[in-house]
Amino acid sequence: MSVLVYTESDNGTFKKSAYEVASYASEVAKQLGTTVTAISFNATENEQLGTYGVSKVLSVANEQLKTFNAKAFANVIAEAATSENAQVILVSSSADTKFLAPILAAKLKAGYVSNVVAAPENTNPFTVKRTAFSNKGFAHTEINTEHKVIGVSNNSFGLVEHNTTASIENFNPSLNDALFSTKSVEIDKVVGKATIADADIVVSGGRGLKGPENWGMIEELADILGAATACSKPVSDMGWRPHSEHVGQTGKPVASNLYIAIGISGAIQHLAGVSASKTKVVINTDADAPFFKAADYGIVGDAFEVVPKLIEKLKEFKAQNA
Amino acid sequence: MKILVCISNVPDTTSKINFTDGDTKFDTNGVQFVINPNDEFGLTRAMWFKEKQAAVVHVATVGEANVEPTMRKALAIGADEAIRVNANPTDGYFVAQQLAEVVTKGGYDLVIAGRESIDYNGGMVPGILATLLDMNFVNTCIALEVDGSNATATREIDGGKETLSTSLPLVIGGQKGLVDESDLRIPNMRGIMMARKKALNVVEAVEGIKATMDVKFDKPEAKGSVKLVDASNVDELITLLHNEAKVI
Repeated sequence: MSVLVYTESDNGTFKKSAYEVASYASEVAKQLGTTVTAISFNATENEQLGTYGVSKVLSVANEQLKTFNAKAFANVIAEAATSENAQVILVSSSADTKFLAPILAAKLKAGYVSNVVAAPENTNPFTVKRTAFSNKGFAHTEINTEHKVIGVSNNSFGLVEHNTTASIENFNPSLNDALFSTKSVEIDKVVGKATIADADIVVSGGRGLKGPENWGMIEELADILGAATACSKPVSDMGWRPHSEHVGQTGKPVASNLYIAIGISGAIQHLAGVSASKTKVVINTDADAPFFKAADYGIVGDAFEVVPKLIEKLKEFKAQNA
Repeated sequence: MKILVCISNVPDTTSKINFTDGDTKFDTNGVQFVINPNDEFGLTRAMWFKEKQAAVVHVATVGEANVEPTMRKALAIGADEAIRVNANPTDGYFVAQQLAEVVTKGGYDLVIAGRESIDYNGGMVPGILATLLDMNFVNTCIALEVDGSNATATREIDGGKETLSTSLPLVIGGQKGLVDESDLRIPNMRGIMMARKKALNVVEAVEGIKATMDVKFDKPEAKGSVKLVDASNVDELITLLHNEAKVI
């Protein structure tokens, strides 16, 4: 028996979430008295996983799996789980992983719990804490099946270093054409910029910015901080910014370390979507804006005066701390 | 083309969330229930297929009798027929198994579900359903076109989007983007009157695995009060973020 973790990579390099999920897997393995096996796809730095407690890596090097394919990846992970006799399978909360995890769960007849935010509370019955009600609550969920698929929320467990040496084995999965019945035709992806899903810092703008032409300072602030840009629902509904930047209950959830809301009043749906962020900063002219009740730090002031000053001071700060 | 739209009955997005019975149940007291927003985008896209491509659109849910007003609303928006599987939907795996039975019996070509419900946020029903039925599956779907038995679907990925070519039978996990917010339809009086005459068939649940169970709920700890920084002193904010919050 072992614990299996799917360590996601992008162009061969592991994502930060892969190390976080590996750290989580090590904690599960400790609780169950077993070891962690990882499965990676076309990754170039498999030995790195040892740092986060992985003792064995099943390394898949396969041309057909260069582009993500949910059904094929889920099948390979299920095959690895069977060959490793793994009952608990850990995955991240990326868009790709949330695509493959239910397929994997159905293949293994496994209970699947997503958005898990803490180490298991109990291993018998296996109980985990997850966010529910779009971050307005938490559920403590028991998984009653032999196999369990657990999706770990970003930035929730953190990175925990262990000094394990990972042995690396090639894993040759059995593939067939039926697994590729849904094919990628085109990927349109921003490169070299932080995404809302992965970013440590997210800078978000609302209606208070008055128009799409004023987003330059939001982007500049985000650039200095290495942050992703986001927006409130009205802003995406009015077409000032693309839907993909909409964060909140019906948009993307945010679980960054720092969330900076500029000109966003803080409707309950928006606050729910961003509440998993660790530190929240609000800049708004209206001292009664609901966001001030949900934020850690706030500035009551005009974004058009505060943000340029903040940009200038952050540049100085970055220069000193570089 | 025969389409099934899977509907979840959820608290309105403005609802305050509370728990009852020793924090083991969601407190529905005073809560307004609606069609899950992710499902409503899908239902609206299905109406487009009905009008432009002569699709037949059914809606299904797993729920007890209290969800019927939400199903009537789906009928008023324009679905032709509704199916309610009579069971308490406590586990996504169980719900997917029930819907799989509905899809098999009804012979649907396209199943549109939401990427997740906004209450329990499991995000698993469409994917498990597709896999149980060995149908194609596209999650976080933001655009869908069907031409004969071929389909082109766009899904949201982290940092962008991906276009996929696939074929019917197909299950999608839909969300905003399938249609825009402004395309959503408010049922008119004629729709509401017609919905009363449409079939809302109740079927009993089949045996299934209940893979998970929520044993307890709690709410996030109340936040300490906000630290206000003067607008003329943004240096202080930077210092706080660096030394106290340690996030920059």
